[in-house]
Amino acid sequence: MVDPANTVGIPVNPTPLLKDELDIVIPTIRNLDFLEMWRPFLQPYHLIIVQDGDPTKKIHVPEGYDYELYNRNDINRILGPKASCISFKDSACRCFGYMVSKKKYIFTIDDDCFVAKDPAGKAVNALEQHIKNLLCPSTPWFFNTLYDPYREGADFVRGYPFSLREGVSTAVSHGLWLNIPDYDAPTQLVKPKERNARYVDAVMTIPKGTLFPMCGMNLAFDRDLIGPAMYFGLMGDGQPIGRYDDMWAGWCIKVICDHLGLGVKTGLPYIYHSKASNPFVNLKKEYKGIFWQEDIIPFFQNVKLSKEATTVQQCYIELSKMVKEKLSSLDPYFDKLADAMVTWIEAWDELNPPATA
Amino acid sequence: MSSSEINKNEVDIVIGALNADLTQFLNSWRPFFSGFHLIIVKDPELKDDLNIPEGFDVDVYSKPDIEKVVGAANAAMFSGYSCRYFGYLVSKKKYIVSIDDDCVPAKDPKGVLVDAVSQHVTNLENPATPLFFNTLYDPYCEGADFVRGYPFSLRSGVPCAASCGLWLNLADLDAPTQALKTEQRNTSYVDAVMTVPLKAMLPISGINIAFNRELVGPALVPALRIAGEGKVRWETLEDVWCGMCLKHISDHLGYGVKTGLPYVWRNERGDAVESLRKKWEGMKLMEKSVPFFEALKLPESAVNVEDCVVELAKAVKEQLGSDDPAFTQAADAMVKWVQLWNSVNSSG
Repeated sequence: MVDPANTVGIPVNPTPLLKDELDIVIPTIRNLDFLEMWRPFLQPYHLIIVQDGDPTKKIHVPEGYDYELYNRNDINRILGPKASCISFKDSACRCFGYMVSKKKYIFTIDDDCFVAKDPAGKAVNALEQHIKNLLCPSTPWFFNTLYDPYREGADFVRGYPFSLREGVSTAVSHGLWLNIPDYDAPTQLVKPKERNARYVDAVMTIPKGTLFPMCGMNLAFDRDLIGPAMYFGLMGDGQPIGRYDDMWAGWCIKVICDHLGLGVKTGLPYIYHSKASNPFVNLKKEYKGIFWQEDIIPFFQNVKLSKEATTVQQCYIELSKMVKEKLSSLDPYFDKLADAMVTWIEAWDELNPPATA
Repeated sequence: MSSSEINKNEVDIVIGALNADLTQFLNSWRPFFSGFHLIIVKDPELKDDLNIPEGFDVDVYSKPDIEKVVGAANAAMFSGYSCRYFGYLVSKKKYIVSIDDDCVPAKDPKGVLVDAVSQHVTNLENPATPLFFNTLYDPYCEGADFVRGYPFSLRSGVPCAASCGLWLNLADLDAPTQALKTEQRNTSYVDAVMTVPLKAMLPISGINIAFNRELVGPALVPALRIAGEGKVRWETLEDVWCGMCLKHISDHLGYGVKTGLPYVWRNERGDAVESLRKKWEGMKLMEKSVPFFEALKLPESAVNVEDCVVELAKAVKEQLGSDDPAFTQAADAMVKWVQLWNSVNSSG
């Protein structure tokens, strides 16, 4: 049995790291009550709330939080026709928050994620761990068997090449979940009662050339390094697929990070995932994805970006061309998605013009 | 998988004796070694007689035995830490578990002694998943599974060739690192087993390792000897080189290598600063090895382990031989090892 932490009585963090350099992006359709529990760790930070679904609904934000909120009307107003690339009725819409942010770092979390406890019973400050992960290097070129070598008490093991010990910049920090694990619908149907109670006390770099399933529930990234590639695709209303938004982004960012020499970490921090979504609803959303991913994975495994692609945007546009070329035959959806990827980059560059000299 | 579920007849526990007195070592492992067949190989350079406590099913091999099997000319291949490879050679079992003689069972966070043998065999008996990273680590263990987004066609995994365990207390750090952080001890018990992804290179430590001998036996090569190699792990790289070969061959043949649990408790031995005083050749050799292995592509025609080792040795000689005589010697040793393996195991 796993329980969330009780954060009552924990004072708000007096020394919040990167307070003015990080935005917290939260997609929601219901309410943000979960933020009450996160106060000690998240209150000092600025929130970007992306309200999905009915824009007339009033979303209540707990007192004391500094935030900006965007509903569908705002998204349409700000992006105009380019708003077509932002999903509706799916948490994929959160990537709009990445686009409008002006900060260097993003932390995104789902509204059914609470504070976890470590094995000692202490409340886990997930954001602080993500920041630590992002601020220290990754080691994608050689696997360290003692995991994160920069962590207190750890180091590189015997045989680890000295020339590789400086590591590379970390672009993404992928956290995990106690209690309800991030299973797909078939697995949920087979194991409805399974809970993740295993606290694996490690952070590690995912090696270069290795793909992984990136979950958007508990994720942080360096917007300057990889932001434009964090597009969460076309999901939800009017789309043939759902629950593959973060997966798609994860495959894109990984091939781009590998190409640009950036690192992706996974492991700590844990959050406590409280709500299991309906597996039958999930199955309907994921159904096509389960088949499509069999072709999508080899596609990403074989992607080779050109030498000339030296910025994230260039990489992403190149990737969109390859998607159109290689995956459209799988389903016309990918043709639309490839176009949306381009629209996304155009919108990103419009909202984030390069700083003038 | 508990000790009772493992078929003990499929396992040999191979111990390289670099210390003569194995009493404390074997007594501490008794709860987990009993019922298993042990092969103890005495370092040919060790002068004293071995002291082995009663009650173990054990075969002991020393210098005369080694020379009888491989010939006096080849006996040097099995000196120092490499003596254990002789045990791999003569074993008739499916799985080998090997632990350095300065390690004792570790305790898990609940204070329970870790049955490293059972954990290694469990790792070896379950598939590995090198083709796609599972963020919840080992998907086959109790309470875990593949996560959303993990392709279904990859969920049956591939055979596991090796299980690389870890160390509490004295971790397997190199001499410069340990000398710099003299007080540092590993107290972090990471409760996970995971597959090292395809093409990812790693430093495999021989301190606490197990492998499927039937699957990849010849790939465990006692090959690289650094000048002035000594009797502490800080002064050797034979296992790291062996591991690079093993991983590359496993990747080529479609097998997996796991890392993580089990932990052993590694005791103090030697002096990192003292080891530092020796000119540490290992560093240079590793630097040269990395780009070599990264670029290496074994030919499609190499479809079994022996062929892979021979092709690898050829490539080492061609591409690294001129950099350092240690590589030429390693290449020759690898070829010799395959010959020995085939001749010793031909009666099968």
